Order: sequence, then structure tokens, then C-alpha cells
Amino acid sequence: MAVVNYGVGNLRSIRRGLEKSGAAVKITHNPTDLLRSDAIVLPGVGAFAPAVKNMAPIADIVAEAMKNGKPILGVCLGLQLLFTRSSEGGSVKGLDFISGDIVKLPDTVKTPQMGWNTLNIEQSHPLLEGVKDSCYVYFVHSYYPKPIDSAVVVATTEYGVRFASMIAKKNLLATQFHPEKSSKTGLTMLKNFVRIMKR
Amino acid sequence: MLAKRIVPCLDVMNGQVVKGVQFVNLKVEGEPPELAADYEEQGADEIVFLDITASYEKRDTTLEVVKKTADMISIPLTVGGGIRCITDIQNVLSSGADKVSVNTAAIRAPNLVKESADVFGSQCIVVAIDAKRVYVDSDLTDKTVVDTTKGKCWWEVYVEGGRVPTGIDAMTWAKKVKDLGAGELLPTSMDCDGVQTGYDLELTRTMSQITNLPIIASGGAGNLEHIYEVLTAGDADAALAASIFHRSQYSVGEVKRYLADKGVTMRLV
Repeated sequence: MAVVNYGVGNLRSIRRGLEKSGAAVKITHNPTDLLRSDAIVLPGVGAFAPAVKNMAPIADIVAEAMKNGKPILGVCLGLQLLFTRSSEGGSVKGLDFISGDIVKLPDTVKTPQMGWNTLNIEQSHPLLEGVKDSCYVYFVHSYYPKPIDSAVVVATTEYGVRFASMIAKKNLLATQFHPEKSSKTGLTMLKNFVRIMKR
Repeated sequence: MLAKRIVPCLDVMNGQVVKGVQFVNLKVEGEPPELAADYEEQGADEIVFLDITASYEKRDTTLEVVKKTADMISIPLTVGGGIRCITDIQNVLSSGADKVSVNTAAIRAPNLVKESADVFGSQCIVVAIDAKRVYVDSDLTDKTVVDTTKGKCWWEVYVEGGRVPTGIDAMTWAKKVKDLGAGELLPTSMDCDGVQTGYDLELTRTMSQITNLPIIASGGAGNLEHIYEVLTAGDADAALAASIFHRSQYSVGEVKRYLADKGVTMRLV
């Protein structure tokens, strides 16, 4: 399993979570590693524009992996990068694998949303096997995804607005929360992702 | 609904967890990785690891202990103490911390907050503010004076582990670091820290209203009611406590069940 390295932030936790779930993990920015991997994780730390810049040289490989059916998991910022564009730092183009915008949380709530909030499961998904509806997961974000196609929304969460907190489009899976920081619930999801990879 | 957080704090000196009263008379309480794992099991929502001697003795945060602690848990870890530059922040994050708390270094060079938020994202940058009440007879033009139950006061920022007063108004400072990109604030009441008579509710409430940032209240937890008060009347988003957990006065689970019974939104495990 390849975890994409954007050069900043904590990748140790997601690596450890995946390894505990039985995956051999390589933190990498090398196109060959990504091509050879059985699954790709886009982790979730940093700001949107620099992350898009760092992703540019490998965007085609990720696009190819998506077409080939390789499981891809985007976490937090890694989810946001998959969308058409983000209003963080003006209007910045994303990878556009999922049509829609990334927009700021409303002013009626404190931003960033920092802490544990509940998942309302809208449709069953293999990533959520063994995960109960209304369970708590850990969020840290100021922007949220607005997909155009509501069929990709697997779970939603309320924070000033009801937003898509988990998304799935074929082999492309993404969470606005951090499974690697969500204690046992999150580890269950990472185990499920490893199982999806091994299928 | 977003739950309020209960955050056990590990004050770490020479790789061991200690706790003192009002920043002095420190006693050893245990090993950071074991305590952190135990707290997660009890239902802690995140862990704060503060290397309390680092800033004073110019010692680097013990990165090896941070790694061992991070590897034991699957909840967020904030590390502070002795953070002086971007490289220190990068080192702590790559050792497994999710957030970094800066205090003295931010006062000395406020641009560190902006630079680090730009590189790592605001969500990683917690500004810790050690504040002490200064009582006054009347309002002051350059300080945020609040009418408290004990009289008019403003809060002065202290640095170097609570040893050095700065003359800086804590509320003005809080607003400034928000503008520079801080994602969360960790005010510690120096009047209340370690004496277990309750948090400074007026400190946390004023800072919450002025900045609209998530607030981790620190300093003063002695019983369950104190934690309830700071998460409701004190308008804090998270309550940090050390002594009451280390001495097993209450388990994290007991605290959370008590709060949930009183209507506070809690993640129960």
C-alpha cells in the first residue's frame, strides 16, 4: 500500500494504523511505487493549494489507478483534493475525480471543526462493515465537500450544515474525518480498507 | 453533534510524567506511553504532551518519547514545550504528533504562527497561553478588562513555563494569533493551575467569545463539577486535566458519564 507523501505533516499515524491492519506500507512520492502498489492512500495534512502542487507530478498515475479499479482512500485533505475545486485560498482547481466544490463551513459554528462528531450512515459500504450508525469519528477541518451527485455520499455529519463526511465512487473512497485518529472505530475502517485491497 | 472533549495532559520532564502545584514542586506520576494508552482505553478524546522543562532549560522536546507515545494511541496527540522554529514543528509532527502547541516562541516571534500555519495548516497549530489575572480599579484603554465575580481584571500572558510576565494582554494576543492562523487555543489559568479549585471560567469564556476558535481549558480541575462548569458556563470546547486523572481520583470514563448525564454531548466508549 502506497501512502502519498506531500512533504509535510504526520504520516506516522496512518502508516501505523494500516500496518496494524495487516498492510505493508510505503510512504512515497515515487511514481514507480505508486504504479506497483495494490492501493493508494492520500493522507490528510496541510493546506489545499500546496498539496495540489505536490500532487501535480503524480496526478496522472492516480487517475490511471482510478480507472484500473485500484482502491484509493483519501483522508481529510486527501478527500478534498479529489474534488473539482476548493475555495480555500481563492478558487483552486483539484483533481476533479469527483464533481463538486470544497467550501468553507458556515460562520455560525467555530472553525476549524475540531473534535469528535457522529456519522449518519446514508448507505451501506464495505468500508463501514462493523461500524455502527451514529458512531463518533475525529474531524479537523474548516472546509467541507459538496458533491454534485448525491449518490456518492455514504455518510453525512452535522456541523452548522449537514455535509458529506464519507464518499465512495467505485474504487475511490474518501473520508472528511481521520480514521487513523478515530480510535477503535477508525481502526475498523482501516482494516476494512486493507480487506478491500486484498480482494 | 460535535462532542465536547476530555483531554488528559501529560506534563513531561526528562521523559516522565510529572505534576506540580502552580508550576512548582513537581512529582513523578508515570511513563508517557503507558499513561496515554490507558487514557485512550478509558475514553480520552485526545492527549496533550507538554515537555514542561524544555522552554526554560532550552532542551529539545524528547522526540523518542513522543514517537513511543504516538505509536501507542489512535487518538489525536498534541505536543508542546520547547518548540522554537519550523524545524522543531516538522520534527514533532513527523514523530507522530497531530498538533503542535507553541507558547514562548510565539510571543518572541509571532510570525512562527503564520509560517507554520501556512506550511502545515492551521489545524496543527495550537497556541498555549499562560495567563494570570491582574485586578484593576477601572477600565484600561490598552487591556481587555472584564467584570468578574471577584472584581475587574485583565489577564497577563506569562512565558518560559509561567516564570516570566510579559505585560501582554491575553485577549489581544489571542485575537492576534487567530489572525496569524492558529487553529486552537489552550489557555492555562495560572491562578487556578494545580490548586484544584476550578477553572477560570471568565478567562475561557472571554477568549472563546473574542476569537470564536476552539478552546481547550486548562488549569484548575479538582472535581467533576469543575469540568461541567468550564464546558458549559465557561464556553470551552475541551477540558484539559492532569492531576485528577493521574492520581486515579476519577477515570476519564467516569468524568464523561457524569457530564453526559448532565446533558453535555460526550463520546462514550
